[in-house]
Amino acid sequence: MNKTVKNADEAIKDIQDYATIMLGGFGLCGIPENCITALVKKGVKGLTCISNNAGVDNFGIGLMLNTRQVKKMISSYVGENEEFERQMLSGELEVELIPQGTLATRCLAAGYGMPAIYTPAGVGTEVAIGKESRKFMVEGVEKEFLMEMAFDADFAIVKAWKGDPHGNLIFRETARNFNPMMAMAGKITIAEVEELVPAGSLDPDQIHTPGIYVHRIFQGVNYEKRIEQRTVRKR
Amino acid sequence: MLTRCHFQINPFSNFQISMLDKIGIAKRIAKEIKDGYYVNLGIGIPTLVANYIPKGMNVVLQSENGLLGMGPFPFEGEEDSDLINAGKQTITTVPGSAFFDSAMSFGMIRSRKVNLTILGAMEVSENGDIANWKIPGKMVKGMGGAMDLVASAKNIIVAMQHVNKAGESKLLPNCDLPLTGIRCVKKIVTELAVLDVTPEGFKLLERAPGVTVDEIIKATLGRLIVEGDIPEMVID
Repeated sequence: MNKTVKNADEAIKDIQDYATIMLGGFGLCGIPENCITALVKKGVKGLTCISNNAGVDNFGIGLMLNTRQVKKMISSYVGENEEFERQMLSGELEVELIPQGTLATRCLAAGYGMPAIYTPAGVGTEVAIGKESRKFMVEGVEKEFLMEMAFDADFAIVKAWKGDPHGNLIFRETARNFNPMMAMAGKITIAEVEELVPAGSLDPDQIHTPGIYVHRIFQGVNYEKRIEQRTVRKR
Repeated sequence: MLTRCHFQINPFSNFQISMLDKIGIAKRIAKEIKDGYYVNLGIGIPTLVANYIPKGMNVVLQSENGLLGMGPFPFEGEEDSDLINAGKQTITTVPGSAFFDSAMSFGMIRSRKVNLTILGAMEVSENGDIANWKIPGKMVKGMGGAMDLVASAKNIIVAMQHVNKAGESKLLPNCDLPLTGIRCVKKIVTELAVLDVTPEGFKLLERAPGVTVDEIIKATLGRLIVEGDIPEMVID
């Protein structure tokens, strides 16, 4: 298989207005920088973005917020972005906050072909409002769980460390985060990688995401890989 | 277990209470950690607990963005943008660490492999409900992983101030703020006291050095059980 495309512009060229897209990353760690830049350039609007966070003011998904391309964010934590806050408070931007584990598992369910999952996260809170719940015995005690639906996303856009033309992916350190399960969850999955290596050169035992889940792959350029909170200790 | 964690995490983060208080709280909570524990530390005072885990004890810190075996901050110049904790701070790993994805991370939380969760709170009720993610009328940042952690953890210790900035008790009959989870908090350590959450209410276990039982009673709005002599906390 050769799923290689030239660059981010080609990879995202059929993403249309009002599409639902998943974007991998935790904070600014492991985000698909090239595809975000390409989406800003293309100017596609009315997007629903499923992503753990919403970037910062001038980087990550924050770039797409500045250009008013996002209609709705589905995230677990969005605290680092003033323009986000302004759009949310003015009602321009719809925001659905969901527990982080629920977000991850709703992606996983989509990739595993399961319509829904049960989780205890959010029971008894406003997250549970309007949701079906069910009790199960856990370690001899009856416990309540919420039914949460698998995500249905048109595109998943992920960032990996290494990949090959088959679409096999390897992630690095905590830049893995949401990328593998989002890669499994998109109807069309686009992977940008720091290093695209020849087919056959990745150790099959070390693959995190098998290429069957990936439809397009390219080697990204000019990665900034910004650090959100630089914390160090003295020698 | 391969790792040993006795290291320094930057204590100069934002807190209202004095250094002595928050370090004292962190030191006292560190005594709750047992050899062989996998522990998830929330942002704030809980992060400081890592500095006071007794030497020689094997403890592995879980960071819910996908790491078991979190180490201290990197030396200047050795920061790695691919290696952060759940607070998005640059960190390091300790020998024997493992990376994984976010679904597996919450899988090990939900299936109760993580032995202890330590987190901050705005309010705790006498039946163990916790509120720590949302203040109506203020910008809501989100619950992050807090709802998953409190819904699943076997053992949850809350590190917080006993009263808020307005002088109102944060240990209440019922939480006023939107809930993060219900009937889940097991223990609370504040600048005044150590308390268990029992079916009958908050049970006073220890008082902070120099603090009287009366002062704790005055600062606690929820039902408080005081039985016998209440010993002073022992903090090294």
